[in-house]
Amino acid sequence: MSAPLDVANAEVLVIGAGPAGLAAATRLKSLGVRNVIVVDREPQAGGIPRHCGHPPFGMREFGRVLTGPVYARRLSERAQRAGAELLLGCSVVGIDHVGGIVVTCASSRGPTEIRAERIILATGVRETSRAARLISGDRPLGVLNTGALQSYAYLQHMAPFRRPVIVGTELVALSSLLTCRKIGAAPVAMIEDRDRPTVRRISMLLPHLLGVPVRYRTHIADIKGKQRVEAVTLRRDDGTLEDMECDGVLLTGRFMPEATLARSAGLEIDRGTGGPTIDQFGRTSEPRIFAAGNVLHPIETAGWSWREGRRIAEFVAADLAGQLPAVTRTVKLTPGESVRYVVPQRLVPERGGLTYLQLRVADDVSGALTARCRGQLIMTQPLTSAPERRVLAPISAFDRADGEVVFSFDDNRSATYRSDATCV
Amino acid sequence: MSVTDVAIVGAGVVGCAMARRFTLEGAKVVLLERGTDLLSGASKANSAILHTGFDAPAGSIELSCMQAGYSEYLAIRESFNLPLLETGAMVVAWSESERAVLEGIEAQARENGIGDVRRLTAEEIRSREPELSPRALEALLVPGEHVIDPWSPFLAYLLQAKTHGAEIAFATEVLSGAFDGKVWTLRTSTGERRARTVINCAGLYGDRLDARLLGAASFQIKPRKGQFVVFDKAAAKLLRTIILPVPSERTKGVVLTRTAFGNVLVGPTAEEQEDRERATVEENALRVLIARAVEMLPALADVDVTAVYAGLRPATEEKGYRISTHPNRNWITVGGIRSTGMTASLGIARHVYNLYEEMSHRHSPVAEPAALHVPNLAEDRPRDWQSSGYGEIVCHCEMVTLREIEQALSGPLPAGDFGGLKRRTRCGMGRCQGFYCNARLAELTKDHFASPLAIGDAA
Repeated sequence: MSAPLDVANAEVLVIGAGPAGLAAATRLKSLGVRNVIVVDREPQAGGIPRHCGHPPFGMREFGRVLTGPVYARRLSERAQRAGAELLLGCSVVGIDHVGGIVVTCASSRGPTEIRAERIILATGVRETSRAARLISGDRPLGVLNTGALQSYAYLQHMAPFRRPVIVGTELVALSSLLTCRKIGAAPVAMIEDRDRPTVRRISMLLPHLLGVPVRYRTHIADIKGKQRVEAVTLRRDDGTLEDMECDGVLLTGRFMPEATLARSAGLEIDRGTGGPTIDQFGRTSEPRIFAAGNVLHPIETAGWSWREGRRIAEFVAADLAGQLPAVTRTVKLTPGESVRYVVPQRLVPERGGLTYLQLRVADDVSGALTARCRGQLIMTQPLTSAPERRVLAPISAFDRADGEVVFSFDDNRSATYRSDATCV
Repeated sequence: MSVTDVAIVGAGVVGCAMARRFTLEGAKVVLLERGTDLLSGASKANSAILHTGFDAPAGSIELSCMQAGYSEYLAIRESFNLPLLETGAMVVAWSESERAVLEGIEAQARENGIGDVRRLTAEEIRSREPELSPRALEALLVPGEHVIDPWSPFLAYLLQAKTHGAEIAFATEVLSGAFDGKVWTLRTSTGERRARTVINCAGLYGDRLDARLLGAASFQIKPRKGQFVVFDKAAAKLLRTIILPVPSERTKGVVLTRTAFGNVLVGPTAEEQEDRERATVEENALRVLIARAVEMLPALADVDVTAVYAGLRPATEEKGYRISTHPNRNWITVGGIRSTGMTASLGIARHVYNLYEEMSHRHSPVAEPAALHVPNLAEDRPRDWQSSGYGEIVCHCEMVTLREIEQALSGPLPAGDFGGLKRRTRCGMGRCQGFYCNARLAELTKDHFASPLAIGDAA
């Protein structure tokens, strides 16, 4: 039954060959780290961009506009050229870090054990499923996430539906309109349970131009269909119901980290992000295991994840050289009122590390982002933002805090101290 | 046209066990199923608990079938490579009034021959299940209640029946029929079938089949919907024992249990409805179930929901099973097999075969029943991904290999629809619910299903 165990050694094992993982591996090699192995469970490297057939990818990384698959291939080639070893079709099934780190992998070639000095978890994100959204109704074929639709369109060249209802108005919902065009599908509607789009209003020109009606304050009350989706019942906030014929339901966005490995390895998980907690050097609650990319923060662009992968790789290289500060005392960063998450979740009181804190707000806000430590206001920054928008604050404002820092959104603009938090 | 000894209508848990039993006894069997795969009706949704029958009505057919089914499963499971999670169950009293009922349940269990039950104090509960809410006052431990894979056994039974000559016809609905005093001629959606005896195992349509072919039904199906929520595998370490509620008159109540696949399951609801087709999940009911689960096991609050599902149980206007013979019509009705049916199925099959023999039918049993292994899906036994040469992992959440998918799509009983493939392999049943694998599965199953995953090529 069991094949002979293959054993490998790595200074750094990167788990996940998406933009963050490949960028990290490439950077580690360029910094002179000897054995860098990247494992990915998929047969091809590249991660999610492999099946995003649309531009724009690669501006920051390659100085030109690429489609996802081309971008993915280039990242992978670059990592290999730099000397990273890619193990594909290789599923990590366990991370043991009681003594030395031992990672167990399954592959068709037989099981592999990789002993590593450091790990970078770069396992990415996925969208929230129909089941986890608790959507009512039958459970026929034709209800899927954008990730699956993209695989249908760009990897298999197949169509799961022709007339879907699209749920959500995040950026990925807009890209799904293009994917639908690619497979010859004409969405019958785009619905959003809030009273406004999640993307900026200007972007909503796209569904308008494509003739897809958009309905706000609307959600799916019922999915009907014996074999395949036949119709949905839409409910508006005012209680009115409307049946709409369609042959699919596309559930977009509401990303969540693919944090199964982080969880099973016993790493501390942040309720706000759903991913592992880190300090400003990317160290999780097990300081030999780092994390980078969207497993930390649902969701950022591929370019952001790539840049973050590079930065975290630099910290890992520094750590191998004994140059990172020890994790002794840490300051906790905690989301308060109207703030969904803050990454990193803790800081060691030293300079260096990531430049910015990443935050997301839970609602549409217009007022001020505040940070308080022991009840003292230590930062306030005018902020107008909305869910899923990038909000940054410089870490240097907090790494000297001497207690838990709570980030909240306040209507109260009584600013005593200003810092340059930015909303991108 | 050839005449078979027996036509069994319905390939649910009862029909599959029946086809195996009658075949092994030497009867020539045809199994007629309306759906495109086995277990596509009421049987696809249950809580997967192998019950001892501790709380079944004393002296009932239901109890004797459950106990016979339980013993036979334990006796044959290894020969089919079928799992058994020896979890035990606790009937937990969460209030003083429920506590008062435990004594009666214990007495009932002893009367039913379950001698190893015992009461647990609040402290004993806590040491056995430290994550369980401290609100648990007292419990009755039933060590013999276990968890199994609710689907693979029935595939194994049908494979064995088929190996010994049973014919299995899917997408075959019985429309009408006539009995000439010796032989039934059944008109089905795929042509005529002739059989000396008909066994109605039609589940949610059992009463309709009786009415259509016998002229009258002696019972009426009252579909009872059960909704379930499956929590992520991260929850499995939170619980060992099946948590049963103190039952009410109508239902066994909401159960919290591990599954053979490494998840934690809560359900079912018990909702009566007229419709025999639609088994919808409903957000409000799911939220109530989740809240109930978190109440019992507070750490579940931080665990994601992996899946939700709903099924219809073929309850009738009465509580017990509705098994009846019509000797002058060569007809046996096996109706009203409710949630205990998965446990009881092997026992029901034996019981019905005895009834059939009493109708003066005789066959010579198969001398050596074929031993055959079905692929293991349970987490506590070796899975295919743990060996080499599996090709690729198609479904990462459930670690389903290409080799498993290909095997499930070929052989003597290939999956007839996506639901059947999921039940045979668990593909697409994990936490991402197809985000990663759905399109690959569409490609792999192309030209296999009447209802394909993809409706066509990209335009």
